[in-house]
Amino acid sequence: MNWGSWILSGFIATLALSTLLVGSQGFRLTRMNVPYLLGTIITPERERARLYGFFAHLVNGWVFSFFYVYIFEARHMVNWWFGLLIGLAHAVFLLTIVMSLLPSIHPRMASERKGPTSRRQLEPPGFMALNYGYQTPISVFIAHAVFGAILGSLYHLH
Amino acid sequence: MAIKPASISIDSRPYPDIGDYAVIGDCRTAALVSKYGCIDWLCWPRFDSGSIFAALLDRERGGYWKIAPSTPFSVQREYLEGSNVLQTRFQTSSGSVALLDLMPVRDTTQAVMVPDHEIIRQISCTAGQVDIEIELVPRTNYGEKVPPIRNFGKLGTRIDNGHGVYWLHSSIPMQIKDSAVWAKATLMTGETLAFSFTYTENAPAVLPLLEQVPGRVDACTKWWQGWTAQAQYDGDFRDEVMRSALALKLMIFAPSGAIIAAPTTSLPERIGGDLNWDYRYCWLRDASLTIRALIELGFWLEATSFLDWMLHATRLTQPELKILYTLYGNRPPAERESSILRGYRGSTPVRIGNAARDQLQLDVYGEVVDAAAQFSFHGGELDREMQKVLIGFGDYVAKHWDTPDQGIWEPRTAPQNHTHSRLLCWTALDRLITLSENGALKGGRIDEYKKQAEAIRQQIQQRAWNEKLQSYVSELDGEKVDSSLLLLSWYGFEKPDGHRMRGTYRRLRERLSTSEGLLYRSEDLPPEGTFAICSFWEAEYLALGGGTTKQARDLIKTLTKYRNDLGLFGEEIDENTGQALGNFPQAFTHVGYIGAALSLTQREKGEPQLGHRPESATPQTSHLKQEA
Repeated sequence: MNWGSWILSGFIATLALSTLLVGSQGFRLTRMNVPYLLGTIITPERERARLYGFFAHLVNGWVFSFFYVYIFEARHMVNWWFGLLIGLAHAVFLLTIVMSLLPSIHPRMASERKGPTSRRQLEPPGFMALNYGYQTPISVFIAHAVFGAILGSLYHLH
Repeated sequence: MAIKPASISIDSRPYPDIGDYAVIGDCRTAALVSKYGCIDWLCWPRFDSGSIFAALLDRERGGYWKIAPSTPFSVQREYLEGSNVLQTRFQTSSGSVALLDLMPVRDTTQAVMVPDHEIIRQISCTAGQVDIEIELVPRTNYGEKVPPIRNFGKLGTRIDNGHGVYWLHSSIPMQIKDSAVWAKATLMTGETLAFSFTYTENAPAVLPLLEQVPGRVDACTKWWQGWTAQAQYDGDFRDEVMRSALALKLMIFAPSGAIIAAPTTSLPERIGGDLNWDYRYCWLRDASLTIRALIELGFWLEATSFLDWMLHATRLTQPELKILYTLYGNRPPAERESSILRGYRGSTPVRIGNAARDQLQLDVYGEVVDAAAQFSFHGGELDREMQKVLIGFGDYVAKHWDTPDQGIWEPRTAPQNHTHSRLLCWTALDRLITLSENGALKGGRIDEYKKQAEAIRQQIQQRAWNEKLQSYVSELDGEKVDSSLLLLSWYGFEKPDGHRMRGTYRRLRERLSTSEGLLYRSEDLPPEGTFAICSFWEAEYLALGGGTTKQARDLIKTLTKYRNDLGLFGEEIDENTGQALGNFPQAFTHVGYIGAALSLTQREKGEPQLGHRPESATPQTSHLKQEA
C-alpha cells in the first residue's frame, strides 16, 4: 500500500466527485443535494446540515478511495479505465443497494410505507434515486466514473 | 366528515376584480388569493420565477388552487391581527367555514425540519355543515406546461417540474384526474381540514406534517405580530399604516434585501388594454421614499438591508445605475409576451421581463443618494465603501445631468429633458454636499458638485418654470404638467408654501385631478386609471406645508376609501368605479400612504419632517452662499 499516494489521489478524486455532484445540482441534472442528504443524518438544521454534510462527504470519499486502492493493489493493476470500471460498479451499488436501504439507515428519512412522521420527514430517494430527478442516476454514474478514473490515474502501486 | 365523488372542471368563472385579491407571502415570494378561496397567482421559489398558478391572467390556462364551499356563499375576510395570515369566512345557507391561508416565513436558525417553500391552508367548519370542494390545477411556467402528477400514497401527491418538485399533503384523500388534484367533502361543526403545498429544488425534500399545522399557523402569526410590534408610528392612521407596512414587508426579498414593485405581472392599467407590465423587479426610483418610510416606522433592519442591496448589488453597473434590477442585482430578462396566457379580462399581452431595463432614467441617482442621505440623517453610518460608491454616483451625475432621458413614467418614446430627472440630479448633488458638510462623507469633488447643483437649479428655475401657466412643467420649456412635480418640495427644492409650488399645485389640480379628488399622473400618457401614489404625494405635499393639516387629513381619509376590504392598494384607481387597476398590491402606493401619514402626524405634533429639509428647503443657493 502506497499510503502517501492514496492520501493525495484520494483527496483529489474526492474533491472532483463532490464538485461534480454539487455541480450537477447547479446545472439542474438532479435535485439531489448530497451535503444536505448526509448532513441531516447529524442535524435537522438546514445550514449546518449542508456544512456538516460537505465535510462528511469529503471524509466518505477518502474512506471509499481506500477500497479502490485496495483493489488496485490486490490486482496489481492500476490505470484510469480500471478505476473508471470500479467507479461504475460503485455507482450501481449506491443507486440500488444504498438508496433502497437509505430510509432504514437515515434517522430523518421517511419511508413510502409509513409516510412522514415527527422524526422522519425527508423524502426517500426511491429506486435508483429517481425521486430526486430522473437524471440523478446519470450524474451519479458520471461522478463516480470520474472519481475512479482519477484514482486510477494518480495512484502509484506500492 | 363525508368525502364525495366529483368531477373536475377547469375554472371558467368570471375574473374577480383586482381588488378582490388578498396577498400572502414568505418574504421570498407571494401568492394572490381571491375572495372566492382561490389562489390564482403563485411563482415559486422567487417573485420572478415561473408561475404554477396564473389564473389571474387566464382562468382556463393559468392554473389555480381553490378551497371553497360548493354552494353559493357570502364572504368576509381579514388578516389575523398584526399579521399577513389571511382568514376568509364563507357563509352558506347550511353553515359557515373559516379558511386560513399563509406562507410560513422561513427561520433558518430553527432546529426543526420545515419545507423550503410552503403554503398552508386550513379550513374549519364553525357552524352547521358545509360542502367543500378542493381543486388544485397546476400549470407551470406561465401556463406553458402541464406537469405530471403522481400519487405517492402516504408521502403525498407529487407534481414534478423537472428541476423542482411540489408536494401536496392533505388531511383527506385527493383524487388525480385531468392533470388536476381534487376532492369534495362535507364538514360538520368543529371539523377541520388541513393542506400543505410545498416546493423545493433540493432533494431530499422535507415533507410537512399536517398535525403540526395548528402550531405552525400560530408560530407564523406570532412571527408577523412580533415584526409589527417594532413599529413606532402612533398616529391616527395606525391601522392603515401598519397594513401598508405589512404589505410592503411582503414585497421585500429577505435573502438580498431587495424590494420589488409588486408581486404580479401584467395586471392591466386599463381593462382590455395593453398597458400590462411585469413589476416583479426592483425599481431604484422607489428607493428614497421607501427608505424614509421604513426608517421612520422603526424598521431599521429592512432599511439597512435595502440600502446595502442598492449600494452593493448594483455594483456590476456602477457608477452607472440601471433603472431596475432583479432580486440579486442582475439585469432583468428581456421582455417577452406569453403565447399561452390571454391576460386579465382579455388584457393582452401578458409580458414577462421588462423592456424598461434598457431605458435611461437619471432620476435614479438622486433616489439612491437621497436614500443613503435619509439613512445618515436618521443616525445610520455610511461606511467607507458606501461613501466611495456614493461619490461615484456624484461624479457621474455631475457629468451627465444635462442628458435627455425617459423620465420617471417610462414612456416608450424618445428621451426628453424631464424636470423630475433634473430635480433628482440636483437632489443627488445637494445631498452629497450636505453629507460632506455633516462629516458623513469623506472625499468627493464637492466644489464641482456645488457648481453643477447650482447649474441644475438655475436650469430648473428658468426653463422648467412656465410663466404663462404660473407652474413648473414636466419638460424643460414645456407646456404640460405631471404629478411628479409635487416632489419638488419633498426633495427640498422648493418650499411647499412658496409662490411657485402653490401655482404648480393649482395647475396640477386643474389639469390632472378628478371630481373625486384623485390624480392622473401625466397629461401625455395614454388613457389609464388615476395613479394612486400621486394622490399620496399630494396629501404629503399638503402635510409638508402646501396646505392645512385638515386638507391633508381629509385627502388621506378620502384615499383610504379606495383600499380594498383588506387595506391593500393597487397601482392605479379607476376614476369611475373606484376599482384597483394595475399590478397588485403595489409597494410604491403603500409607501406613499405611509409617507403621507408620517408627514401629517409629524406636522401635527410639531416634529421635524424629512431629514434633509432644514439644510435644503430654501429657495436660494444655500451652498454657494455659504462658500462665498
